[in-house]
Amino acid sequence: MNNTNAYLIKNGQVIDPSTGTNQVMDVLIEGGKVIQLAENISNNADVPIIDASNMIVCPGLVDLCHHLREPGKKHKGTIASETYAAVSGGVTTICCPPDTSPIIDNKAVIKLIRVAEQEKSYINIHLMGALTKGLEGKELSQMNTLMNSGCVGVTNLLEPITDTLVMRRAMEYALTQGITVHLYPQDYWLSRNGCAHDGAVSARLGLSGIPESAETIALLRDLELVELTGVKAHFSHISSAKGIDIIRQAKQRGLDITADVTINHLHLTEMDIGFFQSDCHCIPPFRTQRDKDALIAGIQDDTIDVIVSDHQSHDADAKLAPFPETEPGLSSTETYLALACKLTEITTISIDKILSKLTCEPAKILGLKAGTLAKDSNADICIFDLNSPWSVDKKQLLSVGKNTPFHGWELSTKVKYTFVDGRCVYQQAK
Amino acid sequence: MLNKNLQLNEAGQLKHFLSIEGLKRQHLIDILDTAEPFSNVSEQAVKNVPILRGKTIINLFFEASTRTRTTFELAAQRLSADVLNINISTSATSKGESLMDMLHNFESMHCDMFVVRHNQSGAAHFIAEHVSPHVSVINAGDGCHEHPSQAMLDMFTIRRHKQDFADLKVAIVGDILHSRVARSQIHALTTLGVSEVRVVAPETLLPNDISSFGVHVFHNMREALDGVDVVIMLRLQKERMQGALLPSEGEYYYQYGLTPKKLACAKKDAIVMHPGPINRGVEIASEVADGPQSVILEQVSNGIAVRMAVMAMVLGRSSKFNKAS
Repeated sequence: MNNTNAYLIKNGQVIDPSTGTNQVMDVLIEGGKVIQLAENISNNADVPIIDASNMIVCPGLVDLCHHLREPGKKHKGTIASETYAAVSGGVTTICCPPDTSPIIDNKAVIKLIRVAEQEKSYINIHLMGALTKGLEGKELSQMNTLMNSGCVGVTNLLEPITDTLVMRRAMEYALTQGITVHLYPQDYWLSRNGCAHDGAVSARLGLSGIPESAETIALLRDLELVELTGVKAHFSHISSAKGIDIIRQAKQRGLDITADVTINHLHLTEMDIGFFQSDCHCIPPFRTQRDKDALIAGIQDDTIDVIVSDHQSHDADAKLAPFPETEPGLSSTETYLALACKLTEITTISIDKILSKLTCEPAKILGLKAGTLAKDSNADICIFDLNSPWSVDKKQLLSVGKNTPFHGWELSTKVKYTFVDGRCVYQQAK
Repeated sequence: MLNKNLQLNEAGQLKHFLSIEGLKRQHLIDILDTAEPFSNVSEQAVKNVPILRGKTIINLFFEASTRTRTTFELAAQRLSADVLNINISTSATSKGESLMDMLHNFESMHCDMFVVRHNQSGAAHFIAEHVSPHVSVINAGDGCHEHPSQAMLDMFTIRRHKQDFADLKVAIVGDILHSRVARSQIHALTTLGVSEVRVVAPETLLPNDISSFGVHVFHNMREALDGVDVVIMLRLQKERMQGALLPSEGEYYYQYGLTPKKLACAKKDAIVMHPGPINRGVEIASEVADGPQSVILEQVSNGIAVRMAVMAMVLGRSSKFNKAS
């Protein structure tokens, strides 16, 4: 155990979709980099060995949407708590949307987060800037400044830009800066006050509904503007079958766009709300079985490029109220990989494809050299076991947010080790 | 875990009364049967029975109400319980106290039951999930979700006039979308096995997936009332004129207001019901509201008996009275 900067990961099934690798081999990391991938690497330098037999070794997950609560909402989670929760789920890079408090629309906030990150983060944090000032949908944000301060994209999240001209100008300005716009398609008027899918369950429970047309109308408008302006666009959190169809057709037409779904929408439907389960309060809402099936089909045929966690940790109080008054969002970073791998059990989607949508594809959208195990790349690595059953227990979550509707679910995938920049930041307790 | 039936205890008896959905036909029949003898109590010289003596009931009203609150209050008093009325306007909650804190405060006053009205759907379920195990919760209306005691007093009134539910055709007219009463009524009627439930409203006042309730949708009032035994009118709130749901009261009344002419489409012995408060000339003509087919005031008196029954049942005391009588 001389060289603590180096590890030899032995006999793991290395799956790296960025290079098309899927075979049992060893990985040598040193000085924060991947040095060598080969069968039977001899341990000449006497570095610590990680036995990965019967486990999968893959690039650390790149989560395109993980809402940090620091600064401003530390009672819902700190950079330390949430990034540790993330590494325990195999995530090594997150992209944080701008809905921190204050909002990421200026340099000072970015500096604030960077200082906190230096002290407390377990992982690589990338930031997404606001598309409009204060996310108010009225004036353009200083996209050039945001980009020069390191933002990897701009978005207005679910905050509406009801003025179509403002949206057009925002896209044109983003194009000028060469920055990708992440769009959350949801019509303001059709979704206002809504808290569940507009369907059988919302009718039964007397909840205000959000119809699928709220998604498709916004999607069609924004696609037209993307085509008009030529901006690089990514569509986030598609939730409906029709939405998937629209993305699919746009891609077939040759439009250079990408899209994601959340891992939670691939497993839950409106029915899971049951009698007002506030942990299932999510925007966009969980829709019907038919919609869920269409999202999975979208993964299958690559209409959907990326699966995100959309991690939103909440304090207990945020969910302790009558359903419409609770805050939407799920604490999902710790179930992210396991639920993604579950798709290989319940569908015909291969593990290679699933992992590509958790690693190299999101990295590509963010323009990062991450999500790969290619030689000389950063040693961000996740080692997990596909056959290590565990039961989700909300009390056991490392995240401050215990708001998971997957409590009690039996999952079979467990992360054993996570490396960030060559350091072992997480190891499952024996 | 997800879909446990919060309302029932391990023996399958009512523990809380939150929604008609999730109750069996027998539960509903039991409520109606228990209410029968109670309806005589109000006519006695001494108008109370000692069933809930020593029990404390808190009426927790987050939304204004006259009828429902007073009938619950009377029902509790006639069962000899101690009643506390608490009206919490929205301004009080905006002082920052959460619903949870408020609940724990009331619980520490050692109460046995909350009767809750709240403007948000799911509020009663939420409270029932978080109260101490010995406390029962009765939903007196939650947002647009359910108002189960209203539906049961309606069923009680229907049964008094129409013996068997199985042969009945019932039309519910008006703002189904925002109506907790309608949702509870539809569940109650279908659970009790009526032959047909019709809902009548413009599309703007119907939930998107209303057919999943197993009802027949009508836009035309005359067609809808053809041959029905029961006409239930719903209150139209004035706010509905805003937000592009309806153009004017006048146009609504012309199409959906219950006039003697439209009522003539129903069976000759059809009864007319309304949960109140009624808007004369908006959803119902005075001649009909005060006419021979109207049972609207009867509904109010029946409300006391049905609410006595529900209160006695959730506190496990209903059998006491039945045996004694």
